[in-house]
Amino acid sequence: MNGINEDRKGTCESMTPAVEIDGMHKWFGDFHVLRDINLTVARGERVVVCGPSGSGKSTMIRCINRLEDYQQGRVIVDGVLLTDDLKRIDTVRRDVGMVFQHFNLFPHLTVMENLTLAPIWVRKTPKKEAEAIARQYLERVRIPEQADKYPAQLSGGQQQRVAIARALCMSPKIMLFDEPTSALDPEMVKEVLDTMVELAESGMTMLVVTHEMGFARQIADRMVFMDDGQIVEIAPPADFFAHPRHERTKLFLSQILK
Amino acid sequence: MASANSSFVRTEAIPAMPPPRSESGWLGWLRGNLLSSPINIALTLASLWLLYLVVPPLVSFLLLDAIWTGQNRDACLATADRPHVGACWPFVWERINFFVYGFYPANQRWRVDLFFVALGIGVVWLLSRHIPYKKLGAIYFFIVMPIISMILLVGFPPLGLRYVETALWGGVLVTVVVSAVGIVFSLPLGIILALGRRSKMPAVRLLSLIFIEFVRGVPLITVLFMASVMLPLFVPESWSPDKLLRALIGVALFAAAYMAEVVRAGLQGVPRGQYEGAEALGLGYWKMMGLIILPQALRITIPNIVNSNIALFKDTTLVFIVGIFDFLRTIEVARIDPKWATPVTSTTGYAFAAIFYFTCCWMMSRYARGVERRLVTRHRRGR
Repeated sequence: MNGINEDRKGTCESMTPAVEIDGMHKWFGDFHVLRDINLTVARGERVVVCGPSGSGKSTMIRCINRLEDYQQGRVIVDGVLLTDDLKRIDTVRRDVGMVFQHFNLFPHLTVMENLTLAPIWVRKTPKKEAEAIARQYLERVRIPEQADKYPAQLSGGQQQRVAIARALCMSPKIMLFDEPTSALDPEMVKEVLDTMVELAESGMTMLVVTHEMGFARQIADRMVFMDDGQIVEIAPPADFFAHPRHERTKLFLSQILK
Repeated sequence: MASANSSFVRTEAIPAMPPPRSESGWLGWLRGNLLSSPINIALTLASLWLLYLVVPPLVSFLLLDAIWTGQNRDACLATADRPHVGACWPFVWERINFFVYGFYPANQRWRVDLFFVALGIGVVWLLSRHIPYKKLGAIYFFIVMPIISMILLVGFPPLGLRYVETALWGGVLVTVVVSAVGIVFSLPLGIILALGRRSKMPAVRLLSLIFIEFVRGVPLITVLFMASVMLPLFVPESWSPDKLLRALIGVALFAAAYMAEVVRAGLQGVPRGQYEGAEALGLGYWKMMGLIILPQALRITIPNIVNSNIALFKDTTLVFIVGIFDFLRTIEVARIDPKWATPVTSTTGYAFAAIFYFTCCWMMSRYARGVERRLVTRHRRGR
């Protein structure tokens, strides 16, 4: 696997940033969705991305595991430069977990099968071992008793926790969250956020797109505010919420925080 | 204003109650479904009238006036004390072996019976919900069963099964073989074509598209003529394939093109999130398709797959055009036999064919409906 990481160029692993986005541009057809994105995420860092809808925040984090491609600039994940090379893309995806707004669990598989599928087929973990790991993570997201159910038999909050556990079963180095609580009933938001807070406290590198500002304040090392395909402001949460500098940030915060 | 009503706290829960009497029971059903409006009443009466026109004559021809025993045509002729003669069933009883096996040698017909059993096991295994080990069943149905059937039907001298040339095959045997080959080969081929049509590689996509659209743009008869008349022109004389085999290839390719479109619709029914979920976990294309996308796509497509198979089953009657003796053809031949020449012989033969085709197709569509109902009740969330 290391043979593919030629871009590491002798740097010590702990020194390489987890994610490095460098002058990235992306177009959907003629539409310039991402404009000159520059963002470096250190290992163990928690970055929360917020901004109005349509500002490109989801698209940006989807570029990190190459669910979206980009036309200009560079994205380097864990020392691997993302290109069109499918092998590299799969290498990166193996180490980058992602949690989606709509969970994207596999409805035809049980919770246990959802969790063990990728470890067994991608990492070639023996089935027994994969199941033991899966149980451990189900324990961690507090739904060990649901292992044999199908996703549709669970509540939205439980499904999203299964999705988090599914990503964790691949022991990722980086976790991406794409509006993980936006599709949930209000009563279920907290259980998912609690799980994410615990994950943050365990030292996981996290990039989270969310509108949950209380959560952001609690776990973020840095806040990234995006508007119209551009990063408008990056600041530690204390400054970000207390003293936003850009006009657009001020307006946004005044709208969502009363 | 109405301050007395503006706040409220429930003190006791309301228990669930059964619906009002007029809504339930057969009377409620009758009122709701058959007599709910003037148009509905008119339609109900029209349907009853149509049933009156069709059902009594059918019952009297097939059952009440039918002749059940006899040795030859004399049994089925109208006489003075029996002016109305219904179906001449003794004709069917006498020729039933011909209808089922065609000219397959009589002392070898147990091989055909065994083939029917092998096929039946495969079908029940794959379709019944109560039998586990579906993967093993699929291997049996798509690999083991075809080989066994081939050995049984064609013959394999080292095992003591003498060679029976396909020109002797006929009747239900041929109808079942042609349909089964069409069904067994069209699904895998159709899946490959459907994936090809959605491929990111332009050459693969174009080739699949050309094949699918070409075959779909041509009637089955043309495909059969092509297979039986033109194919021998392209391959060397020594390797001139068997007539039945040529028709089988034609039918399988024809069915595959339609199956490809059915499967493609299923693939489009799988939400994008499923692709993304699989990709985000690092699954490559084939694993994603095999483990995540196709199982879901095929499950929602089962009713449509069965539907195409019903159409294919009936289309197999066209193979008589290239001189193959399918079930309908055996009836065509038998009904002009002078031994049974009566005014009702042809009708009886066709009635028998109708009952056979209807029973087969009805069972298939019942199965499809059952699956559909299960799919609707099964919760399909989680994009």
